[in-house]
Amino acid sequence: MSTLANRAGPFTHTANSVTRTMVWVMVALAPATVYGLWLFGWPAVMLFAITLGSSLAAEAAMLTLLGQPVRARLWDGSALLTGWLLAMSLPPWAPWWIGVLGSVFAIVLAKHVFGGLGQNMFNPAMVARVVLLISFPVQMTLWATPAPAGSAATPSFNQALAYISGHTPVPEHMSAATALGTLKTELSRGVPVAQTSKNLAAPQHMAVGNESGSMGETSAVLLLAGGLLLLGLRIISWHIPLAMLGTLAALAAAAHALDPARFASMPIHLLSGAAVLGAFFIATDYVTSPVSRTGQLLFGAGIGALTWVIRSLGSYPEGLAFAVVLMNALVPLIDRGFRPRVFGRSRRGKSLDIKAEPRIKL
Amino acid sequence: MMLFQVRGGVKLSYRKELSSESAIVRMPVPKRLLIPLQQHVGSPAEPVVEVGQWVGKGQLIGRGGRGISANVHASTSGTVAAIEDRVAPHPSGLTQLTVVIEADGEDRWAELPTPITADFPLPATPRELNDRVAAAGIVGLGGAAFPSAVKLDMRYKYSIDTLVINGAECEPYITCDDRLMREAANEIVDGVRIMAYALAVEHIIIAIEGNKPKALKAMREAAKADRSIQVVTVPTRFPMGSAQHLLMAVTGRETPADKRTAEVGAVVHNVATARAVSSAVRRGEPLISRVVTVSGFGVREPANVEVRLGTPVEDLLAFCGGLHPVPTLLINGGPMMGAPLPSVHAPVVKGSSGVLALTASEINDGPQSPCIRCGQCVTACPAGLVPVEMAQLIKRGDLQGAKAIGSQDCISCGSCSYICPSHIPLAHYFSFANGTLNALDRDARRQDRIRALIQARNERAAREAEVKKAVAAARKAAKAAAKAAASEAPVAEADLLEETT
Repeated sequence: MSTLANRAGPFTHTANSVTRTMVWVMVALAPATVYGLWLFGWPAVMLFAITLGSSLAAEAAMLTLLGQPVRARLWDGSALLTGWLLAMSLPPWAPWWIGVLGSVFAIVLAKHVFGGLGQNMFNPAMVARVVLLISFPVQMTLWATPAPAGSAATPSFNQALAYISGHTPVPEHMSAATALGTLKTELSRGVPVAQTSKNLAAPQHMAVGNESGSMGETSAVLLLAGGLLLLGLRIISWHIPLAMLGTLAALAAAAHALDPARFASMPIHLLSGAAVLGAFFIATDYVTSPVSRTGQLLFGAGIGALTWVIRSLGSYPEGLAFAVVLMNALVPLIDRGFRPRVFGRSRRGKSLDIKAEPRIKL
Repeated sequence: MMLFQVRGGVKLSYRKELSSESAIVRMPVPKRLLIPLQQHVGSPAEPVVEVGQWVGKGQLIGRGGRGISANVHASTSGTVAAIEDRVAPHPSGLTQLTVVIEADGEDRWAELPTPITADFPLPATPRELNDRVAAAGIVGLGGAAFPSAVKLDMRYKYSIDTLVINGAECEPYITCDDRLMREAANEIVDGVRIMAYALAVEHIIIAIEGNKPKALKAMREAAKADRSIQVVTVPTRFPMGSAQHLLMAVTGRETPADKRTAEVGAVVHNVATARAVSSAVRRGEPLISRVVTVSGFGVREPANVEVRLGTPVEDLLAFCGGLHPVPTLLINGGPMMGAPLPSVHAPVVKGSSGVLALTASEINDGPQSPCIRCGQCVTACPAGLVPVEMAQLIKRGDLQGAKAIGSQDCISCGSCSYICPSHIPLAHYFSFANGTLNALDRDARRQDRIRALIQARNERAAREAEVKKAVAAARKAAKAAAKAAASEAPVAEADLLEETT
């Protein structure tokens, strides 16, 4: 213990650790994940396993290559969580190599090339998703119709193997566009948003999540429950999620009020797509978000605004991944500009000026 | 009473229950006392006794030095065995001039100042009370050990209207103030009233953290003696006991950076200090003992012990049943802001609130892992700093960069290190950086002085050379003039010489 004696205190420490944090995030993700796996059946289970497995493999390979302690770092939970979040954002029936390539992009390019855990500028899962979407637009926009395990529509294990291996293409009747996708396609054909919206699921159904979309993003309710758990455990703070969802909601509501034919309503923006998943689990990634509370508010608001802009005015139906990556790039700047005020100093760093004259003079 | 929001801070595992229910016990006087002449902030006291001399209990053995300093007294009667350098309770392990007293076992008081026993208003001037506190060698017993009389003198420099009494005791394990408040509430309140009288303040606030309900109750009861005293429950949140933060919490006044709380009209004193003031005024007794919490999983019988100052830590530990046979780290003070004891031979001093024997499981010094930028250090920092960024800069060697974003405003509370899930010793980085910056600063000042001296010397040399040149020229001119007209006198030379001297 000689090293301790040579060091400044404190000589007590919280029971918290990096691994504990990662494990709790996974616990919070579990309900929505289990729901997603149930909703999309065997193919989703396979893709999920493949993505997590290849993330761990990529992490192990990189740690070995870079001469870092493999056993200690591989199981700290960070690579597993990256793979998990990536899987959650993939089309549930995408072929196996989407999961593998995505993991390699996330772990190798987005994380280790920047210096490993804690050093990456961009959210690894979102970088992977963006790269996949741009490189493989067909596979990344082929959404499966919900086919819950146990229902007649659900593919058997062997069928699932055939889909995921790419041996058999996913049949036409088993695929359906997402709500946001449908709105965009119809709008480009001249059908007003207001009219298309009528054919979409009601908001309460959207919240439950029985609709097509990425593997883990559909159930807003379960994701919200997980997010509240993280808030309760103080693993995340309310600043980023609230700023992000608040901004998205405000913009959506305002635009919809001005031109309902052109802009989707607020519930659609909040409940479909990756808004809730992103707000609680992706934008709140420690490494790639600002460290100060004010910075976090700005960061969250930026993601909310960019998501709405890309969804409503851009050519992609969903913009969360782009929004996150764009705001990630601003984090160093936000961190510089939004430091807390130092105790006893003004915002400009001058010592507070409150000199009182002595009342009692000698 | 309304409390004010204080930024940052952390919730700790307090483990106060190890000793909080043990009543204060008086430890017998050990055979040999080691009394360092510097137990306070400021300059060391000068020894005023000689080797071989008999001293009475409470006799002055060290007179406060120049500037900020404090007197030191004999903690028992006996013979001065030595005045020599001995290991001090400082992690450096460096020695300090120490008066070694062989106790004679009689524990006989020396002649003490006359007690002032009259009720309020006291028949003494504030100046007399201040002098009494100064003579008694009282320093802040919360751990900072700042001479108390200097703080009571603040009213001559600042407009003071509030006295805050710090009973927060926010460090884990430490329960000496808790016990003192439960067992000696009346004495504390008396000391508080004496200090308030000396400071001539209108408001007195006694602030106690909510995790000490019994102390709160006892103090509320005792405080009924004076209607200007408010006993306030403050949140149990480290570092609530930091004077600036406590003042902020109870009055909303924010002390400017690099300044004292007096700047915003308040003086903060610890509860044990108040009790010492009462003893000094009511009984004439100088500060010769204090209550120390001995705790930690490594100690057999955790306790709150009234110890004579100068008692070797080994004797104190033996009094508490000794240590368990497990590897432990001995800490002087609390686990957050205390420091490792260099040796069990080091003595208990005025600032020792605790002696802790901590085992590995309590310290939980896990292996360091990379920073994940979780920002918890930023949220926890009570000084409003960004530890994660400062640590990065310091790691890179950019100490000036760290200074520019406030590393020198760090109060070394250790909240950032405590909360860091990656076990990064952030507070250690800042101590290192600030130490190095101070050394650089001293060096720079020395260089500046040397540069100024060299410049002055060069200028002087240049001036002298010029004068010499002028003198030579004048002489030449004079010679020429003399040649031309032998009767003319060289006046210029004398004038010039006069100017240069």
